[in-house]
Amino acid sequence: MATTPKAATPTEFIATPRSFLRRWTGADEIAHLITLIAAAMLLLIAALLVYQLWIHSAESRARFGWSFFVTKTWDPVAGDFGALPFIYGTLVTSAVALLIAVPLGVGAAIFLAELAPPKLSSSLTFVSDLLAAVPSVIYGLLGVFLLVPLMRTNIQPALKKSLGFLPLFKGPAYGVGFLTAGIVLAIMIVPFVLSVSREVLLAVPRDQREAALALGATKWESTWKVVVPAGRIGIFGSVFLALARALGETMAVTMVIGNNPKIAASLFTPGYSIAAVLANEFSEATGNLYLSALIELGLVLFLLTFVLNGLARLLILITTARGSGVLPT
Amino acid sequence: MRIVKVLTVLAVLLAVATFATAAGQILLNAAGATFPYPIYSKWFDLYHTSHSNVQINYQSIGSGGGIRQLLDKTVDFGASDGPMNDEQLKQASVPILHFPTVLGAAVPSYNVPGVQVDLNFTPEALSGIFLGKVTKWNDPAITSANPGVKLPGDDIVVVHRSDGSGTTYIWTDYLSKISPEWQQKAGKATSVKWPVDGLGGKGNEGVSALIQQTPGSLGYVELIYAIQNHMPYGKVKNSSGIFVKADLASVSTAAAAAAKYIPDDFRVSITNPEGKAAYPIASFTWLLIPSKFSDPAKRDVVKDFLKWALTDGQQYVEGLSYAKLPKEVVAKELKAIAQIQ
Repeated sequence: MATTPKAATPTEFIATPRSFLRRWTGADEIAHLITLIAAAMLLLIAALLVYQLWIHSAESRARFGWSFFVTKTWDPVAGDFGALPFIYGTLVTSAVALLIAVPLGVGAAIFLAELAPPKLSSSLTFVSDLLAAVPSVIYGLLGVFLLVPLMRTNIQPALKKSLGFLPLFKGPAYGVGFLTAGIVLAIMIVPFVLSVSREVLLAVPRDQREAALALGATKWESTWKVVVPAGRIGIFGSVFLALARALGETMAVTMVIGNNPKIAASLFTPGYSIAAVLANEFSEATGNLYLSALIELGLVLFLLTFVLNGLARLLILITTARGSGVLPT
Repeated sequence: MRIVKVLTVLAVLLAVATFATAAGQILLNAAGATFPYPIYSKWFDLYHTSHSNVQINYQSIGSGGGIRQLLDKTVDFGASDGPMNDEQLKQASVPILHFPTVLGAAVPSYNVPGVQVDLNFTPEALSGIFLGKVTKWNDPAITSANPGVKLPGDDIVVVHRSDGSGTTYIWTDYLSKISPEWQQKAGKATSVKWPVDGLGGKGNEGVSALIQQTPGSLGYVELIYAIQNHMPYGKVKNSSGIFVKADLASVSTAAAAAAKYIPDDFRVSITNPEGKAAYPIASFTWLLIPSKFSDPAKRDVVKDFLKWALTDGQQYVEGLSYAKLPKEVVAKELKAIAQIQ
């Protein structure tokens, strides 16, 4: 946020009240206004988005009410719509993605920020930033032509053999499904986790490391027990960013998830996500109720993101309060 | 000096551009189905070549979007793979007319390990598979129609379109006609609730990728896509009891067979028609034209274009792998053009 100009001005200016012109020629007021507008725009866009989704989902909300959240049917012909399988698919794929991407991303960030030689670190970071810019449809194609066959013929049978006693790895191996979608999402969000976490770790003051080393800690102890906890909030931030992308991803997910509105414990099951069904059905949705139900799904996704972000922030608050007084970045 | 020159050139260009617009430049906006997009864009382009003052801009955003934009009056006319229903027609401020332009078809494509020949499918087999009742490739419903073919006991994996699509409309329209149970459980639409647990692929390319990669799979794709990508596809038994492989001729024949009972508003399903050579899973695709134009210049262009597309324009249809309209239908449509005012 913009700093308050009065506090920053030297005393002689406070003594004589500044004229209107004077305040405007001094860039502070203008900067304040411009940055305020920028911040207000953000709020305005979010508000407008919710307003539009709310207005256009009126028919569906009136018809289904709260049961929209717990109904498993999605029948465009009969006009019977429920969001549950899509909510489930969105949560499951995002969870799988985070489970894979967070250890990978944070691990790589620690290596690049703390352990790797600077040259290697900067070139690997460049590659990671490059990966973040690849359009999602490319990841989807990669998923369809490389990962799906591999999942069907190798990975899923292997999982079934070794961990088949778990309900998570049961059923026929189609290649597509929750697990495949989660893995593709994980590949897509690793660069986000990595990039932000690395910056955060680099921002931890040198003194901290030196103090730890001076106290006799090894290099790894100083990294793991001092630097990483110090950057914890920033690392959490990178995870939210990644989660937001995973929740809202459309193309790559729809290409590998199987597009079947079903709730099942097994990760091999072809499923569906909110963003994927929107991408698939929006352009051909003809009836008013159908369209309205799809827009309500958009509202649900917004709500889901909101709730998850809120929960995550709560988690930070709790862990920071309980934490060992490390400095926030 | 150079700046003056550049400015003069710009001014001249601007003057020419303004003059050109002033001299009766007519711009029409249209939106709708993606399936006929290649032939429509060819038609609009050719029409522009012969009528340089007419520019028709078509956005292939999908049938649903086309209908919506037409009802919202953000386009001059629309296009759809399925006819508008009564409820939609009531929402229009002026009556909307349907004009069939070309034909499309959906074909069953499959990946059965060890089977290289074209398989035969009866209506009972197709509805059984998509209802989840026929689950193995060696089910009698399939083997009885394919004597001499050794079919494995693998599970059938059903593949369908996940995006709303005219191809799904044709396919489910056919299943609704041949199976009362399908009609009751799923019905016909661009997206339906599939009674069987299958895989959904986005677009023809998504379905085809899933079929190629999944042993034991069966799905449906648009005929043109199957032809152009050399996908194997099966024959389907028609109402005369003959197994017909879809091609441009057998699809046109289906339309000709249905021509007798085409209603005056052209909103007709031609799946499962009579006729020995007719392929049973075919459909028209329509241009949706308002019956009244407030701008007479636009009206005249639309009428002239329609007349041209239905007559001379049909010669370009087969080059792009679409099936041609039969003569009977064209004659009926040419009469209907007079309804546009």
